[in-house]
Amino acid sequence: MHPMATVSVSLCSPLLLRVPRGVLWIAAIGQQAVPSTLAPASTPAHEIKTLALFTLSITGAIFFVVGGLLTYAIIKYRGKDTDRLSEPPQIYGSTQIELAWTVIPILIVIVLFLTTARLIFAIQDAPEPDSALEVTVTGHQFWWEFRYPKLGIDTANELHVPLSNEQAPIPTYLALLSADVDHSFWVPQLAGKTDLIPNHPNASWINPLRPGLYLGQCAQFCGAQHALMLLRVYVDTPDQFSVWVKNQQQPAIQDPRAEAGRRVFETEACMNCHTIKGTVATGRFGPDLTHLMSRETLGAGAAPNTVQNVREWIKDPGDFKSGCLMPAMQLSDQQIDQLTDYLSTLR
Amino acid sequence: MSENSLPLGSSIDLTSSHGHTFLEALHEWVVTVDHKRLGILYILYGLFFLLVGGAEAVAIRIQLAVPKNQLISAQVYNRIFTMHGTTMVFLVGMTIIFGFANYLVPLQIGARDMAFPRLNAFSFWLTAFGGMLLYYSFIGGGGLYGFGNAPDVGWFAYAPLTARAFSPGHATDYWALALIVTGFGTLGTAINIIATVFSMRCKGMTMMRLPLFSWLMLVDSGLTLVTITPLTAAQIMLLVDRYLGGHFFDTQAGGSAVVWMHFFWIFGHPEVYVLVLPAFAIANEVIPVFSRKAIFGYPAMVAASVGIAFISLSVWAHHMFTVGMTSFSNAFFVLSTELVGIPTGIKIFNWLATIWGGKIRFATPMLFCLAFLFQFLIAGLTGIMLSIAPWNWQLHNSYFVIAHFHYVLVGAIVFCIFAGIYYWYPKATGRLLNDRLGKWHFWLFLIGFHVTFDTMHFLGILGMPRSIYTYEPDRGWDTLNLVTSLGGIIQAIAVLIFAFNLVWSYFHGEAAGNDPWDAWTLEWDTASPPPLYNFARDPVVRSRRPLWDLKHPEDPDWEYEG
Repeated sequence: MHPMATVSVSLCSPLLLRVPRGVLWIAAIGQQAVPSTLAPASTPAHEIKTLALFTLSITGAIFFVVGGLLTYAIIKYRGKDTDRLSEPPQIYGSTQIELAWTVIPILIVIVLFLTTARLIFAIQDAPEPDSALEVTVTGHQFWWEFRYPKLGIDTANELHVPLSNEQAPIPTYLALLSADVDHSFWVPQLAGKTDLIPNHPNASWINPLRPGLYLGQCAQFCGAQHALMLLRVYVDTPDQFSVWVKNQQQPAIQDPRAEAGRRVFETEACMNCHTIKGTVATGRFGPDLTHLMSRETLGAGAAPNTVQNVREWIKDPGDFKSGCLMPAMQLSDQQIDQLTDYLSTLR
Repeated sequence: MSENSLPLGSSIDLTSSHGHTFLEALHEWVVTVDHKRLGILYILYGLFFLLVGGAEAVAIRIQLAVPKNQLISAQVYNRIFTMHGTTMVFLVGMTIIFGFANYLVPLQIGARDMAFPRLNAFSFWLTAFGGMLLYYSFIGGGGLYGFGNAPDVGWFAYAPLTARAFSPGHATDYWALALIVTGFGTLGTAINIIATVFSMRCKGMTMMRLPLFSWLMLVDSGLTLVTITPLTAAQIMLLVDRYLGGHFFDTQAGGSAVVWMHFFWIFGHPEVYVLVLPAFAIANEVIPVFSRKAIFGYPAMVAASVGIAFISLSVWAHHMFTVGMTSFSNAFFVLSTELVGIPTGIKIFNWLATIWGGKIRFATPMLFCLAFLFQFLIAGLTGIMLSIAPWNWQLHNSYFVIAHFHYVLVGAIVFCIFAGIYYWYPKATGRLLNDRLGKWHFWLFLIGFHVTFDTMHFLGILGMPRSIYTYEPDRGWDTLNLVTSLGGIIQAIAVLIFAFNLVWSYFHGEAAGNDPWDAWTLEWDTASPPPLYNFARDPVVRSRRPLWDLKHPEDPDWEYEG
C-alpha cells in the first residue's frame, strides 16, 4: 500500500467514515478517493452530471446510427477480387437526401443548445443568498490561499465548508483571485472548474449536500510544480464546522516549551513570507501557518503532514517539490529541530 | 491528354540528377524551386519531426505510466510536453499538409509548377529554419541565466507565465521567434497555393471541376492567412512585453492575461481546421478511388468545407468557458461551436454515401481512411460534449480534452496523412510501399491508437488534469494510465515500421507505373515520378474526373455534371 494511503487510514478521523455514497463502488476497489465527475456531491456538479448524461445519450445514439451504417456499408459493399473489371454504378449526389441529413443535425443542435443555455444561466447567474459563506481563494505558485473575510480566518490548501441542505441552503461562494499566474480551481465532485486569473476576478459557488473529503487540484498549467498544487475540500457537518471555525479564529498557541523554535521563526527569514497570528510574523508570500498542524498535508498536498515531514520540508522543500518557491534556508540542524518542535505545536 | 514525349525535341535534357555526385544532388535539392521537390522536402522534414515529437510523447507516457514516478523531473517534463505540442502542430502537421499541397495541387490542376516557385522555396526554408530555431533553445535557451533549456510554458503559453518575471532566460523567446518565423513561411505558402489554384488551372478546369483535394487546400490556405496572422501579432506583442517594456499581457501593470487567450485561440481553434481540412482533402481522393465511385455530393462537399472554414472563425472562445466570461458569451460560443457539427455531419454522410453501393478495395490507403471515418465521427461527438459549456467546466483541461484533440490530430489527421503517403508515394518515387509492412503498420497503429486515446477519455472523466508530470496514487488513475502508456509504445512500434517501409520500399518496392490505383485525377496521367515539367502538353479536361472520361469513353462524367 502506498504511504499516502496508510497515512489517511492512520489519521482515521471520522472523515474517512463519511465516504459519500456515490463513491462507495470505488471504496470497494480499495482505499481510494476518486475525484470522479460522475460522483457529484454538490449542486452544480450534480446538475452538470445530469446534462452530461443527456448529451451522452444523444451523441451515443448518433454514434450507433452513423457508425452502424458505416459498418454495414463497409461489409456489404466490399469488393471481390474476382470483380476488378466492372465499375459500380456512378451516383453523383441527391439533393433530397442531402437536405434530409442537413436538417436533422440542425434540429439536434437546437435541442442541445437550448438545454445547455438554460443550465449556463442557472449556474452562472444564481443569486447569492444571505446565508452563503464567502471565501476568497487566491492562487499562488504552487499553493492555495483561503480567506474567510467574515470569519477572520486565513488558511491554505485545505478548504473547510459547511454542509448544506435542500431546506435551508448554506452554499459557499468563492471569489477567485491570483497572486501571480493563471490557475484553475477544480474539485470535480463539487463543481466545474473556474480559472484564477491575475487582474481578472472570478467567482464560483458550491452547495455541498454530502459531508466528506473531496479532492481536486489546479487545472491550469501554472509552472514547474503545477502537478503538486493539490486541493482538499472538507465538507463539515455544522457541528464540525463550528468547532473548526472556533479553532482557526484563535491566535497561535504559545507553548513555552517551543519558545526557542519561535525565536528562530521570528529572527530568520521565515517571517518574511509566513504569517503566524499572535507573533511578529506577518509575511503573506507563503501559506499562513497559524494552525499548520490542523492540516493533513504539507506543501499543497506534496506530503502528509507529519512531524518528520515538517522537519524534512524545512530542511529542503525541493526534496518534496522541486521548483517550489520556498528555498532551503540553510539552517543548522539545531535550528531545524527547534523550528520543527515549534511548528508541530501549532494546532 | 498529355503524352510523356518532350515537346522541345529530344536533345534537350530537362530531367536531372543522374550520374551526379552526392554533393551535386544535395546542392540541387537545396536550391530547388520545383514544387515536387519542395513538397517532398516539406514531408520529409515533417516526418523527421514526427519521430522527434513522437519520442517526446513516449517520454511523457513512460513518466506517467505509474504514479509518483521519479524518472523525469517536473522541469524537464514541462519542457517535453511544451515541445511535443509545439513540434506536432507547427513542425509536423503544418509542414506535412503543405508538403502534400505543394506536391499535388499543381499536378491536379494540370500546371507545371506553383504560381511563385521562388516564394515557395523561400517559404519552405523559413519554416525549416524556424523549426531549428525552436530546437536550438535546448542549447541557447538559458541565455545569460545558465545553460540551455527548452520552452516550458505549454504550447498555449498562457500569459503571464510567459512574462520575464516567471520565465527568465531565453527559452520563451526562442519559442515566440520560432513561431513567428515558421508562421511567415506558412503565410508565403498559403498565398502561393491560393494564387496557383486561381490562376494556373489547365484548360477546361473550372472551379466546379477542381478536384476536391485542391479545393480544400484552397480553402485551407485562405483560412491559414486569417489564423496565422493573430498568432504572429500576439508573439510580437509578447516579445514587446518581454524586451521593450510593453504591458499587453503584464497583469501587474494593468495588462490582461485574457487578451492573450483570445489572441491565441482565435488562432488556435481555426488552426485545428487548418490541419483537419487537408485530412478531409486526402479522404476525398482516397475514399472514392477505393470505393470505385465518384464522390457523392461534390457541390455540398465544397460548400461544407467553405462553411466549416467560416464557422471555425467564430468558435474560439469555447476554449475559454472556464475563464469567467459572461453567461451570454458562454451561450453564444456553445451555439457557434455546435453549428460546426452541421457541415461536418454533411461531410461524414457524403463519405458514407460514396462508399454505399461501391466496390470497396481494402488497400492500405483505404484502411487508414476507413479508420479515419470512425475516429473522426467519435472526435466530432466528443467535440459536441465539450461544447456543452457546463460539462466543459468539468472536462476542460482534463485528459478528456487531451483524448478529444488527439482523436482529431491523430485519429483523423495522422491517419489521413498515412493514407496520403501510401496513396501518393508511388507517384513521388515510382515504387509502391510494401503492402505487408503497410498492413502491420495500419493494424498496430490502430490498436495502439485506441488503447491510448480511448482510455484517456475515462481519465478525464475521473478528474485527471492535463500538464501534470505526476499524480497521486490514491485517485484511481493508475491502471488507466498504465494502459495508456502501453498503447503509446504500440503506436511507436507501428511508426518505426512505417519509417522502415519508407526507406526499404524506395530501393526495393514494386514498380508502380503511372496509375497504380486506377484513379481519376490528373496527377495519375503523368509518369511516376513526374518529369520536372509535369505534363509535356497542357492537359484539357471536361469533368471532375478526367481519367475516368478517358477510361470510360462510353460513360463519361461530363454528361452528368451540371
